[in-house]
Amino acid sequence: MARVTTGITSSHIPALGAAIETGKAGDDYWGPVFEGYKAIKDWIAKPENMPDVVVLVYNDHASAFDQNIIPTFAIGCAEKFTPADEGWGPRPVPDVIGHPDLAWHIAQSLILDDFDMCIMNDMDVDHGCTIPLTMMFGDPAEWPCKVIPLPVNVVTYPPPSGARCFALGDSIKAAIESFPEDLNVHVWGTGGMSHQLQGPRAGLINKEFDLDFIDKLINDPELLAQKPHIEYLREAGSEGIELVMWLIMRGALGDKVRDLYNFYHIPASNTALGALILQPEETAGEPLEPRKVLSGGSFAEA
Amino acid sequence: MTEKKKERINIHEYLAEMEDIPGTRVFTAQRARKGYHLNQFAMSLMKAENRERFLADEKAYLDEWEISDEAKKAVMDRDYNAMIDCGGNIYYLAKLFSTDKKSFQFAAGSMTGMSQEDYAKMMLAGGRSPEGQRSIKGKY
Repeated sequence: MARVTTGITSSHIPALGAAIETGKAGDDYWGPVFEGYKAIKDWIAKPENMPDVVVLVYNDHASAFDQNIIPTFAIGCAEKFTPADEGWGPRPVPDVIGHPDLAWHIAQSLILDDFDMCIMNDMDVDHGCTIPLTMMFGDPAEWPCKVIPLPVNVVTYPPPSGARCFALGDSIKAAIESFPEDLNVHVWGTGGMSHQLQGPRAGLINKEFDLDFIDKLINDPELLAQKPHIEYLREAGSEGIELVMWLIMRGALGDKVRDLYNFYHIPASNTALGALILQPEETAGEPLEPRKVLSGGSFAEA
Repeated sequence: MTEKKKERINIHEYLAEMEDIPGTRVFTAQRARKGYHLNQFAMSLMKAENRERFLADEKAYLDEWEISDEAKKAVMDRDYNAMIDCGGNIYYLAKLFSTDKKSFQFAAGSMTGMSQEDYAKMMLAGGRSPEGQRSIKGKY
């Protein structure tokens, strides 16, 4: 049977891709970010950790969906997904190869489980989907695993509630576990952490909120799932609402998890960045060394 | 019969709270409706041929869209705050600053009234504090 072995969170900001493409990944500004991610890259490259399939939860940033079609939860069931042209030409990365058998199985299971998914058979994927792949796998000729893109609307209000996202994760877990093939499946939650990209309040970062969010995501996700939208908006900035997507990942891991790696950095362009590896407690591996890395911003002075 | 939902969010209170955040315009249905054509114009810049046509004659390209004069002026001035006031959403408007080969940090910084240099410095130092920036009514 297929198993959800791992949940990963990652930033998906386009500036990370731009840093690599312009040769800045090792400079003073971006160096600590890529250093923090290196531990995840090395970990995931080991054969026992490499997923067969990633269910990649992200938000489309007005690329596949415009103001004509706004699905709350969608799932990519196609054979492949092409990188979108977001205004500067498509990102120079490989096509994302899907897993239609598993994707359709999840889609059907979710609908029977009362999640009325939008099924996508022709969809370009933007930086929300491809940046996390770049951060985990670098610059290969082909991505080393299959990917099921799962876009969530967090742009046009209202986005889904945290509780709904958490419950969706639980249903995704059940769907994966009823797929007969023996597959190592990851669920990734992307975006975040605190950031605001618009208006006079742009640049907002809330370290205390973010660190508390990570703690509760690991230890008390049911409580975290009750957090109303307005709290994200007030505390984590207007684009910090992306963090509800992390609850989908967390919901797919079951009751108790172990954090294998916990990386938090300020700033990456306009955002605070969090990258975690979590595994269900009963099948969890050994934590990385160091297990927790905090860098940038006020941590630099500490 | 399955159990009916006991508690519901009051949509009027929910939407009123969205307007209570300093320096922030949440992309509610009201804004999405107002900005529909402006945002769809921005989406059109995902095609290289449209970007070329737009850059060659911005006014002529904008005139092909049902966009208010106010919004057209905001686009031509690259005034992102004014575009958001006209219902623009930053992820749609990203197609415009990408067409200009500008970054998200440039666009975000341009809306704060700070110089690009000061904005970048603020971010490096840990970003803008939420202190006093959470609620207009509550002033906290």
